[in-house]
Amino acid sequence: MAKVKGTVLVNTERCKGCELCVEACPTKTLALAKKEVNDRGYHYAYMENPDACIGCAACGIVCPDGCITVYKVKL
Amino acid sequence: MITAEEIIKPENLVYTKPKLMNDTHMHYCPGCSHGVVHKLVAEVVEEMGMEEKTIGVSPVGCAVFAYNYIDIDWVEAAHGRAPAVATAVKRLSPDKMVFTYQGDGDLAAIGTAETIHACNRGENIVIIFINNAIYGMTGGQMAPTTLEGMKTSTCPFGRDVKLNGYPLKISNLIAQLDGACYVTRQSVQTSPAIKKAKKALRQAFENSMAGKGTSLVEFVSTCSSGWKMTPVQSNKWMEENMFPFYPLGDLKNE
Ligand SMILES: Cc1ncc(C[n+]2csc(CCOP(=O)(O)OP(=O)(O)O)c2C)c(N)n1
Ligand code: SF4
Ligand code: SF4
Ligand code: SF4
Repeated sequence: MAKVKGTVLVNTERCKGCELCVEACPTKTLALAKKEVNDRGYHYAYMENPDACIGCAACGIVCPDGCITVYKVKL
Repeated sequence: MITAEEIIKPENLVYTKPKLMNDTHMHYCPGCSHGVVHKLVAEVVEEMGMEEKTIGVSPVGCAVFAYNYIDIDWVEAAHGRAPAVATAVKRLSPDKMVFTYQGDGDLAAIGTAETIHACNRGENIVIIFINNAIYGMTGGQMAPTTLEGMKTSTCPFGRDVKLNGYPLKISNLIAQLDGACYVTRQSVQTSPAIKKAKKALRQAFENSMAGKGTSLVEFVSTCSSGWKMTPVQSNKWMEENMFPFYPLGDLKNE
């Protein structure tokens, strides 16, 4: 199987910190910001372990607010 | 090691918010199923190339502002009356793709008559039914769909069927009607469930344009605010408590 590498962009201002993307991620790439909040006061999602991302898009698909854009390359 | 900049290129894009969903901040609570279903509606309409030909009818309930988020044409109906409004819209403009978007309070309580009769007449519309077993917008009151024993603000000790009657499986009722061609129950808590639900929604929209009758897609959903849980807990609670009573899958497909 070809190796893949993914990355995501989170629209942190749109994010509501619901954590559904964190839960959906099979590689534990994502986490909620521990201290930082966006303008609405939500602890937004970010890539805590960016190297782990496989670009599967599960996070983007489950995000109710459409905050996540996913990219993937075959290495 | 390849850098993020090298990966973030248009040709490597695998997922992004559908174009029809605009940048207006949605008023829904964090993790609310409404948002996921909105994305599916936007994706399916886009993929069918029906952006200019789709008319949604939004309900009274949390989804009352759906028209602010998906850039198609909309009509806002009085509480429960969306299927009656959709009937008129579709009959006057049969070339348009017409759907209603309704919660369980809207569809299965105040709008029961409109729902059942639109389905029984076989109107060529799609009914999108968000079943979160509670009145979300007004503060978490008991709905007809509230599970036995489930606590809400109007049954704080849990729904007592002797006092409050039984939870209503309205999709099962509708599946009995000759006018309904497709009745299915879906959910949107995981990526595989969402992909399946999207296929169901697409079929429902195609049925409506093929003049096959009424299609109803129920989404067993969460309302973390009304249920007083986190979104992650709500999804688990839904799988453990809602799915046994509202099992997923097609109830009718003709
Ligand atoms: C004629 C009328 N009666 C009652 C109400 C109050 N009301 C607003 S939303 C709602 C129920 C919403 O519940 P549901 O349809 O399940 O949608 P949700 O908010 O859970 O998405 C009610 C009873 C109203 N707006 N209009
Ligand atoms: S694309 Fe997949 S692996 Fe990458 S962050 Fe999202 S869910 Fe995790
Ligand atoms: S699913 Fe979306 S809104 Fe929820 S935490 Fe993740 S990015 Fe934010
Ligand atoms: S009250 Fe419930 S249904 Fe309404 S937006 Fe909040 S979580 Fe969603």
